Amino acid sequence: MKPFLSILFLLVLAWAGNAQPATGSLLIKNGTVLTVTKGTFENTDVLVVDGKIKQIGKNIRTPQGVTEIDATGKFVMPGILDAHSHIALDVVNEATRPVTSDVWVGDALDPLDISIYRALAGGVTTIHAMHGSANAIGGECETIKLRYGTYDPEDLRMQGAPRTIKFALGENPMRSHGEGNGIVPRTRMGVEQVIRRAFSEAQEYMAAKDKYNAVKATDPTALPPTFNRRMETLAEILKGNIIIHCHSYRADEILMLMNVCRDYGVKRLCFQHTNEGFKVAPELAAFGAGASVFADWWAYKFEVYYSTAYNAAIMTKNGVVTSINSDSEELIRHLYHEAAKTQRYGGLTDDEALALITINSAKQLGIDQRVGSLEVGKDGDVAIFNAHPLSVYAIPMMTIVDGIVRFDRAKDADDQRMQVDPEKAETAFFLAQEHKNADHCLEDAFDFANELFGFERE
Amino acid sequence: MKFKFGYITLFLCWAVANSLFAQVEKPVKGTFALTNATIETVTKGTLTGTLLIRDGKIAALGSNVTVPAGATVIDCQGLTLYPGMIDGGTQLGLGEVGSISLTQDADEIGDITPHMEALTAVNPNATAIPVTRVEGVTTVLSVPQNGLLPGTASLINLVGYTPDQMYAGFKGVVLNFPTAGRRGFRDQRTDEELKKETEKALKKLNDIWDQAKFYNEVAMAAQKDASMKPPYNPEMARVAQVLNGEMMLLVEVNKASDIELAIKWTQEKKVPKVAFTGVAEGWRVADQLAKAGIPVITGPVQAMPTRTSDRYDKPYSNAGLMHKAGVKVAIRTDQTENVRNLPFHAGFAAAYGLGKEQALKAVTIVPAEIFGVADKLGSLEVGKNATLFASTGDPLETKTKIMHLFIDGYQIPLDSRHIQLYHEFLNRTPGVRK
Repeated sequence: MKPFLSILFLLVLAWAGNAQPATGSLLIKNGTVLTVTKGTFENTDVLVVDGKIKQIGKNIRTPQGVTEIDATGKFVMPGILDAHSHIALDVVNEATRPVTSDVWVGDALDPLDISIYRALAGGVTTIHAMHGSANAIGGECETIKLRYGTYDPEDLRMQGAPRTIKFALGENPMRSHGEGNGIVPRTRMGVEQVIRRAFSEAQEYMAAKDKYNAVKATDPTALPPTFNRRMETLAEILKGNIIIHCHSYRADEILMLMNVCRDYGVKRLCFQHTNEGFKVAPELAAFGAGASVFADWWAYKFEVYYSTAYNAAIMTKNGVVTSINSDSEELIRHLYHEAAKTQRYGGLTDDEALALITINSAKQLGIDQRVGSLEVGKDGDVAIFNAHPLSVYAIPMMTIVDGIVRFDRAKDADDQRMQVDPEKAETAFFLAQEHKNADHCLEDAFDFANELFGFERE
Repeated sequence: MKFKFGYITLFLCWAVANSLFAQVEKPVKGTFALTNATIETVTKGTLTGTLLIRDGKIAALGSNVTVPAGATVIDCQGLTLYPGMIDGGTQLGLGEVGSISLTQDADEIGDITPHMEALTAVNPNATAIPVTRVEGVTTVLSVPQNGLLPGTASLINLVGYTPDQMYAGFKGVVLNFPTAGRRGFRDQRTDEELKKETEKALKKLNDIWDQAKFYNEVAMAAQKDASMKPPYNPEMARVAQVLNGEMMLLVEVNKASDIELAIKWTQEKKVPKVAFTGVAEGWRVADQLAKAGIPVITGPVQAMPTRTSDRYDKPYSNAGLMHKAGVKVAIRTDQTENVRNLPFHAGFAAAYGLGKEQALKAVTIVPAEIFGVADKLGSLEVGKNATLFASTGDPLETKTKIMHLFIDGYQIPLDSRHIQLYHEFLNRTPGVRK
């Protein structure tokens, strides 16, 4: 039995080792190249070899066997990142307890989700697939690449991306647990204490483990603390190995979490939504916390009533690493347009606006060495537009992930589903119900009676 | 002496600042000459010169305009004038905070409530109104929601202290046409059930129409013989206004087969004035819509495809495909707090086939024509209402900024809560202590 298990284990290892997602090589010729970090260059080529950017320059000779893409008259930018998404997931919320750091959305990836393709058609190449915001401390998230075409969830993962976890403040956890279940938190005071208790228990758990490790060699009667996945994850946050991405709106709760993190020595922190981030921009900058925001969503609930579309501009000008996200299968299709709104609302430059959906999002996810700009050595993730991507008239023409064309407006079929899900009755007509009264972070958290009509899907 | 001078300067600064801050800017009427402007009339080509606003109207425009004495001159060098944009379908003014039901006034209880007046519940002080108008959207249709006949929509200008002052001269009765479509993945009804429910709803609608017809006949007869006066029935009275052509019927319909059915239904019932709204799958039946001659107010454009099997860009190209087939197309956002995005919805439609010129018309003259207010709104022409703005360029382009704004002859301060928060917090005092 044992040798059999070992062989099986080795086989699994070998298989896992081989499961490297495919990469490609191509030469994008003669476009206007928007590197975002290193300037803009006209009539310039971008060479991608085996999934990595090998060269950016003029008149690059086409290596043998490398496909050429003519980008004359077109605009070439880094693949867009979405730091807050819930597409490609079977489920979003484990809304059963205020602390669910033991779960991970990476266990629920859905490579067949047509939204992946539709996001590619908006120039997006990397997304942060997040747990929902029902819990003060939610589950771990997964940074994935939009390698649409694979049937294997493993292929979606961006190998080597840091672990991230969803936290949530304000109305959503208060609604889910305080109002919904009659347990703490029902207030923003309660949210703070739920997080402090969780961190403190994790410290005790770590101390018990350390104590055991110190004596186990000499004391055969020593016992380790009972394995607790929830505590294991929290401990990794305290050690700095997991980045917190915290759903938040109001300035006071944003300050609260920064104070809590300071008390526990946690430094890797990014706020999500952050509608009132503009009110505490100097504090965010001083902490070094990121902020990922909507371009202009507001007033869908009370905690976003005192918002401003100038939020991203104010934070950018105050030195906060800011990104613009979608949190929506619709908005993700035109993040380039959402970023452009910061030019109307706050007059950001082209590079500042583009950074909001590329390099800044990459920084917030800890993957800025790999993606988020067109630089030699980075991943070959590219979006090609027929006009400047910040123009309302820009149309994404082609999207490339790891040197492989995953979206091509000229060639792709009308119906790009990989599989027809009989449960999602293919001929059915669905009236798009964009958010009317909530963000998408409460998806799956409630079983509302009127869910049937889509209004409370969130 | 120098010291004293400093004090005087300080005092003067204080006095100026005081007079600036003490006075809240508000809309003002007057005679305004917008000079050196490029004038995009929408209906009569592009002109250069001066546009004169007097008594709330466009008094003159072009290169041969004499600026009268006493007019406030606004130099529009480098700027372009456009008519205010019209959103043909919103809930603006009817909702303040999405999740708080007691701030929501678009959806009354009951399936048959055509007499519910949007104009009654429009809040002239809704925070979203200044937020919307400073982006060049000056006029919107405010629409009641849900139920078969949810109420009467009203066209409003985004200026005024009372709903009556805001009223822009059009009302229409909303019909949510019975739909055979599912409303989401969680809608588990079988095809059979859907069909039955649709038939039931259609029968209900037809019954109401018959009743209204009867009511109308009785009401007509009562004009000659007071003893025939029908009992108080505001629902029937309102539907009767649709039957006799006093009011337009705004039919919300989106699925292709529903659109076909709705065309047939409006023809059978000989509804005198009708427009279709939503029309998300209009591209599937564009020829039939064109043949029926029914105008369409479509949107949102930035939306998901209606079927998972549809091409990703169909919501963007829908308006253009219908226009090409010969349908009269206006664009709406169907939004409350983000009606300001109307130009971007039009911009997306422009990029995906409608073209820039037609897209601009779809948010100006076309909705004005559909609502029967083209004599007052929708283009820059002498005699029309002075509802217009000066912008740094193409108003559908994202980075364009609105520099001057007039609605109904009022010069509107370019201020909103969003702008106030920007000014307060951009360089916050105190900042963080280093």
